Amino acid sequence: MDNEAITAAIKNEFSEAILSTGVFRNELTCYLKKEDIAKVAAFLKENKELDFDYLSDLCGVDRIETDGYFEVVYHLYSITRNHRIRLKVLVPSNEPCVPTVTNIWKTANWHERETYDMFGIKFDGHPDLRKILTPEDFDGHPLRKGYPLDGRQPSTLKDVYRKD
Amino acid sequence: MGLESHLGDNILTTTLSTMLNWARKSSLWPMPFGLACCAIEMMAVVAPRYDLARFGAEVFRFSPRQSDLMIVAGTLTYKMASVAKKIYDQMPEPKWVIAMGACAISGGVFNTYSVVQGLDQVVPVDVYLPGCPPRPEALIHAIMEIQKKIEKESLKTGK
Repeated sequence: MDNEAITAAIKNEFSEAILSTGVFRNELTCYLKKEDIAKVAAFLKENKELDFDYLSDLCGVDRIETDGYFEVVYHLYSITRNHRIRLKVLVPSNEPCVPTVTNIWKTANWHERETYDMFGIKFDGHPDLRKILTPEDFDGHPLRKGYPLDGRQPSTLKDVYRKD
Repeated sequence: MGLESHLGDNILTTTLSTMLNWARKSSLWPMPFGLACCAIEMMAVVAPRYDLARFGAEVFRFSPRQSDLMIVAGTLTYKMASVAKKIYDQMPEPKWVIAMGACAISGGVFNTYSVVQGLDQVVPVDVYLPGCPPRPEALIHAIMEIQKKIEKESLKTGK
């Protein structure tokens, strides 16, 4: 299916959930209301025409300084149909929380854990939302623009430092 | 002169330190601690083109308990630092350490929240090998510097 057909199929099903759609260099992007992401994602996967069976990426974006919110971005691909779509939801920075898609694509489990670890965005309904990359006693979310680039936390290493 | 004149040409005399140091420097058993692209250059050093066997240090062991030279090749993150320390502690004495590449020396370009700004914050380093990454010849040079250092060590003081 081409971008127009995919757009039409989603708009036909969810006229309310879609905020806007756009195409840049033949890549389709679709902004959704964050409450509806799980519903739309399930439709994209289950619909036999669309058949988005592969979540190739899920990540966060910090737009607090410019626009005052986070984004969560989903890159979907259909292995059987060979087409793609990018979904974006806006997340308020004061209460960053999005419904999980782990029950739709299992691979979302670790992606959502990484997004939680790096940005502090919580995923409602995630079965095991623990940090995944930073050390266990690391405090904060280092990919937020507000986190200093050289914000090392050497206390996480106090048993490892040389005594001499 | 002295003792040698009585022993003739068939027996050489030396000191125990010289003998031990010669044996140690001629048979280094490196422990490859590859963390990033520097490790690729380290692999090249043991391959036929650069042939570290010429310097008696080709027997890379993946167990710290069988090694005496730790080559830390690459970016040391905070999460990996405790592992580097643990591996170093498990190596039997005497042991030496090469910090290979800009990252292992000082953090390199990664002045970031996740990268340790120098391996020497965690374990003592004998030779700092700069480069990004250093060429295989440079690693051979670093190992030869370790060998020079071993030659000068004394049994009495240990270092």
